[in-house]
Amino acid sequence: MVLVAAYCAVLLSFASGLLGLMMKQRRYVLEFSQYWRKKFPISNEHYRSVIAGNLEEEQYPGFLRKAVFVLLGLSGVFAILAGLGVLISKAIITDQLSLGLPWLPWHVRFDCLSGFFFLIVGIGTSAVSLYGPGYVNSYDENQHPFAILSFFTGLFVTGMLLVLLADDAFFFMIAWELMSVASYFLVAFQHENSANRRAAFIYLLMAEVGALAIILGFGVLAGFSDGFTFDALREAKLSTTWASIAFMWALLGFGMKAGIVPVHVWLPEAHPVAPSHISALMSGVMLKVALYGLIRFCFDLLGDVHWQWGVVLLILGAVSALGGILYAMMQTNLKRLLAYSSVENIGIIFMVLGLAMIFMANGHPQLAALGFLAALFHAFNHALFKNLLFLGAGIIHHQTHQLNIDAMGGLIKRMPKTSVLFLIGCMSISSLPLFNGFVSEWLAFQTALQVDVLDNGVLRSLIPVAAASLALTAALAAACFVKVFGLIFLGQSRSHHCDKAHEVQDKGMLAGPSLLAGLCFLFGIFPGPVISLINSVAGQLLDETLPNDSALGWLWLAPVSTSQASYAPSLVLVGALIAGCICFWYLRRDPATALRISETWDCGFGGLTPRMQYTSSAFTMPFRRIFAKAWIIDEQIVKDMRGAMNQDVAAVHYQLQIQDHSWPRLYEPIERAVYNMAKRVGRIQTGNIRVYLGYSFVTLIIMLWVIS
Amino acid sequence: MNWLIAVLQTMLFVALAPLLAGWVKYCKCRLQNRKAPSLLQPYRDLIKLTHKQPVVSNQASWLFIKAPYIIFSATVLAATVVPLIAVDLPTSASADVIVMVGFFAFARFFLALAGLDVGTAFGGMGSSREMTISSLAEPAMLMAIFTLTMAASTTNLSFAITYLLNEGLVLRPSFVFALAALVLVAVAETGRVPVDNPATHLELTMIHEAMILEYSGRHLALIELASQLKLMLYGVLIANIFFPWGIAEAFSIRALGYGLLAIVGKLAVLAIFLSMMETLFAKMRLFRVQEYLSFAYLLGLLGLLSHIILEAAR
Repeated sequence: MVLVAAYCAVLLSFASGLLGLMMKQRRYVLEFSQYWRKKFPISNEHYRSVIAGNLEEEQYPGFLRKAVFVLLGLSGVFAILAGLGVLISKAIITDQLSLGLPWLPWHVRFDCLSGFFFLIVGIGTSAVSLYGPGYVNSYDENQHPFAILSFFTGLFVTGMLLVLLADDAFFFMIAWELMSVASYFLVAFQHENSANRRAAFIYLLMAEVGALAIILGFGVLAGFSDGFTFDALREAKLSTTWASIAFMWALLGFGMKAGIVPVHVWLPEAHPVAPSHISALMSGVMLKVALYGLIRFCFDLLGDVHWQWGVVLLILGAVSALGGILYAMMQTNLKRLLAYSSVENIGIIFMVLGLAMIFMANGHPQLAALGFLAALFHAFNHALFKNLLFLGAGIIHHQTHQLNIDAMGGLIKRMPKTSVLFLIGCMSISSLPLFNGFVSEWLAFQTALQVDVLDNGVLRSLIPVAAASLALTAALAAACFVKVFGLIFLGQSRSHHCDKAHEVQDKGMLAGPSLLAGLCFLFGIFPGPVISLINSVAGQLLDETLPNDSALGWLWLAPVSTSQASYAPSLVLVGALIAGCICFWYLRRDPATALRISETWDCGFGGLTPRMQYTSSAFTMPFRRIFAKAWIIDEQIVKDMRGAMNQDVAAVHYQLQIQDHSWPRLYEPIERAVYNMAKRVGRIQTGNIRVYLGYSFVTLIIMLWVIS
Repeated sequence: MNWLIAVLQTMLFVALAPLLAGWVKYCKCRLQNRKAPSLLQPYRDLIKLTHKQPVVSNQASWLFIKAPYIIFSATVLAATVVPLIAVDLPTSASADVIVMVGFFAFARFFLALAGLDVGTAFGGMGSSREMTISSLAEPAMLMAIFTLTMAASTTNLSFAITYLLNEGLVLRPSFVFALAALVLVAVAETGRVPVDNPATHLELTMIHEAMILEYSGRHLALIELASQLKLMLYGVLIANIFFPWGIAEAFSIRALGYGLLAIVGKLAVLAIFLSMMETLFAKMRLFRVQEYLSFAYLLGLLGLLSHIILEAAR
């Protein structure tokens, strides 16, 4: 039953992709519907006219768009249902599909881990499909055909769902490639800009290198087992060295997709150029699928983890988290900023996962379950709020036609609903109490504070340092998102486009983010349900669950024991409401002290202009000075001098270029090496036919020699 | 009963906060050979402000008007977590010390947004500086507090303080580091000299005041009360974590009375130290603050490490 729902989700997403291809085929659809009507006449006059009306020339594109997204949304709903079903029943369902190669059927396995990620994919897809119809309306059909967008969106979602279902390495790689390649076409969707082509190329390159690494990881495992099914791989007996090699390949492959530093460079390139609902899916959902791959590989297939791997994850995670947020802070392109912030969040998840590994390997499975819980909960939260923020960025782009936050401002008055939704996203991602981001961060700190139980001195001093960097990351994230919200929505508008912006009209475009914002708040107040769901994942994967987390009742969160730590967000919310209401009521009872609206105080000089406000680079200037080594900063101030003696400053030009360290340090050397190698190899290509014939002859002789 | 005491204690927190601010000002004036205003002056100022008509900029949005209420409620909630005169509070269980730091972050988030809302250079400047300082101070504070929570192996402040009381007087090197870190952070976070000067309105130096420049009337009163509350919160944290003696462990009138006397005494002494510091030191340049706070961060981390390496014997 649950598996049927999962298959329905896969098929519906695929069908939505296929339906999108019907965009240009109105004629055939019309013929088909006439044929259908002849065979099964509809008696109801109303339906007949609705169907006929929708197939009219003008109505048809809008109708088809809606239909495509309805199918996609249904696929999301089925994915949620399937995920919830398997998580609640705690079942492991296996199946075989006689697809693929004849001697190698596709093995399917649907367990709690898959189910939890199905839930993430389902929620993301549902929100996107509410949002999609309004958003894609703005694309010009001739330049950016909807058929392509929807076809690859459908394939992309299908690929992600299949990755979660796969139970053998072949099927896994096929689904993985489907996901990667489909998303490549989505990144390259607006290919008329060279930036988009470059981003898409980088993305494809890194996705394929990553896939290669994953294949090698599976290959190492398969070398010690007698098959490619995950069951066989689980049985493989690996020495520590080989297990570590397999882990390293998997870490490289899945890390490349998830976007950890230093293999994160495709994220800030690809996310800004993809359509916003696609960046939401890629950042909110696809990165989680990569995380799923890593968890499946390490905790399930490799089985017994080593604490050294945990240390690797912890360090990589800490570097990604700090690097991600520092780079995010310096960006002025909103979607680029959000992409870097994804690097940060993935870093946090990796850190906590590393903690879980360390505890697991040191024989504390219950604490490992706590870390695992924190990691998965943060993954879930990140899916919610990052989706929300990308969809919000899409609305802003749709209404103001730009993404440069230095050119925005004052949108809170022009787009009140969007601003509230975006504010909720910013508060969640800054991990403020009462929102979901805080709960997972709280759990992460609780995990790190259990370091006392470890014996190893290195670990005992390493983990507090990791906790310190986690605290720094969280504080920097708050600063970054104060900047984002403050510059976009508050103050005076800094550009013409922003002046003319107004609230988005399409209800669906607000409904998608509203759903996500509601969930952010809901799970911030009542984290219990999600935690009990993740508990069943931990129960299946680690054979260990947290102690009964409802010792104090389901309103409370007490992961280890009530005497160690507890948090009751709902009580806190009630307290906040009481305190707020009392002072609100007390202070506003006197009508004589009603608000007086007046000019902003301008020190008596007059003429406050929007240009006097702080900009992004001004806001982050103290950070640039403090963490100067973290970026490659190119700051130039050029003064135009004129007047007598050339001493009057007529104009000042300020230029700021901030670059990622990983390009000159890592990628450019690789690029140069590849180029040099290619040049060497190029020497054997003389362009002379006789030489090529000689090559063929020599090859032939060698082959004959080998065969004989 | 427990809940009643928790609520009463929170109200006491709010009621005493202006008095502490008045006392700091009094000590400072006496140390600087000036005539001090009455101890009750902060109360009079607050009452005066609530009777004034607030003036709001025409650029301001709803966020600017709601922010003072949010800031005040978040700070009050942080106050519910911290044991003032008695331990074993139910409110300490519903939100632990990490949540308390979270509430400070919550209040600060809205304060910084309110600073950006009216679209002046001052507001942006204040927000930028406040977020910079806090993003270094918050982790330092967490490190200092984690030293305590790891020693007591609980993040619940009530339980942690009870644990310290039961341990008796033990000199822990980690606590010395943590105390130093927390004092440095408290000075930075409450906007005191040498990080920020609460008495100045000079644009080159002000941080906290720059953000609230546009506020007036009851909004200003709420923000002022919230920052007084924050000063008191840090004071109580330092007093009750590192010198927990005297706090009531049972809910009898006698014990609570002693608890009240003890905390008033401790805070009075702390305030004298604070005002001496404010008198003796000059304000730092803004970009020296990072060194100061990195030092606090390092101290906190050292505290944590020395706890793990030296004290938590395995």
